[in-house]
Amino acid sequence: MEWLRLEQWSPYVVGVGIGILSWLSFVLSDHPLGCSTAFVRTSGMIEKLFRGKKVEERPYYRQFSPTITWEFMLVLGIIIGAFISAKISGQFQFNWIPPKWEASVGDTVFIRWIVALIGGIFLGFGARWAGGCTSGHGISGMLQLAVSSWLAAICFFIGGIATAMLIFRVFPG
Amino acid sequence: MLEAIHTKKGLQLCLGLLIGIVFGFLLQKGGVTRYDVIIGQLLLQDFTVVKIMLSAVVTGMIGVHLLKSLKMARLHLKSGSLGQNVIGGLIFGIGFGLLGYCPGTVAGAAGQGALDAIFGGIVGMLIGAGIFAAIFPKLQKRILKTGYFGELSLPQLLKVNAWLVIMIVCAAIVALLFIMEKSGL
Repeated sequence: MEWLRLEQWSPYVVGVGIGILSWLSFVLSDHPLGCSTAFVRTSGMIEKLFRGKKVEERPYYRQFSPTITWEFMLVLGIIIGAFISAKISGQFQFNWIPPKWEASVGDTVFIRWIVALIGGIFLGFGARWAGGCTSGHGISGMLQLAVSSWLAAICFFIGGIATAMLIFRVFPG
Repeated sequence: MLEAIHTKKGLQLCLGLLIGIVFGFLLQKGGVTRYDVIIGQLLLQDFTVVKIMLSAVVTGMIGVHLLKSLKMARLHLKSGSLGQNVIGGLIFGIGFGLLGYCPGTVAGAAGQGALDAIFGGIVGMLIGAGIFAAIFPKLQKRILKTGYFGELSLPQLLKVNAWLVIMIVCAAIVALLFIMEKSGL
């Protein structure tokens, strides 16, 4: 079982594995792999703690009820699965600043935190606007040959490449 | 028989968790729960993300369409519009570049101890998704409907057999991956 402890697998092994996982997900759960709805439902659940039941009246939450669903469990599972993989290969480590960020932008935790937070806001907002994320559109939607997903996935990368290039041009290290 | 499984709520939550655990394990093993790998992709220096995504798409596409022909799976095409997918996609892309994780990999990064993913990425995503839910009624009538095309698939758009499109797309992706490997990317 030494292969389970390896730090990294070939991207093709991982990709084929995710592809097979998508078969299981369609057959057993009648559900494509997708992550971003879990975040909007959780956001709704948190808002419900503060504002009560009236949150459920929002038109968006009538479509995506703020409750624990399959996708919520999927995202919870991702955290656990990545933890197991990192732990058994000795890579688990609390860390604020990724090496590549530190080399270019610097080691100030506050700056990394605020940029990650703003990035997260754009990501959560954009994923719901686009109707999916890199897994829901990028993998599940593209494999179903959905026009919406191919369009969205291309735009994810156009926006992502432009933004990353800009950051690393402003902070060349 | 499958429908009996689909309607069992508790079982489905367990299946969601199990599938998620395998998904997270694979993402971590692929290296894509790391900021450096994702940013490396967006800077066009490291093509790990694209290799994983495209090989998952090829494998998934062939399998899911076969399962559909065998009546063991149903497709779930997302409906879309230009206003939704293009503008939303670009906004998502800005977040992708700033954060250096996407909604699935941010969860994986959290699992491997990345604090920027937990306190920045996940918290930010919850805020962003909440803002969207709050202003959704304003967006719904106009911009999200601009250039609406609905639940459209590429074979429907091109008016050809689905398997023809699958063969061409898979051949193109495999060729692209082959060229990438040959050129040392």
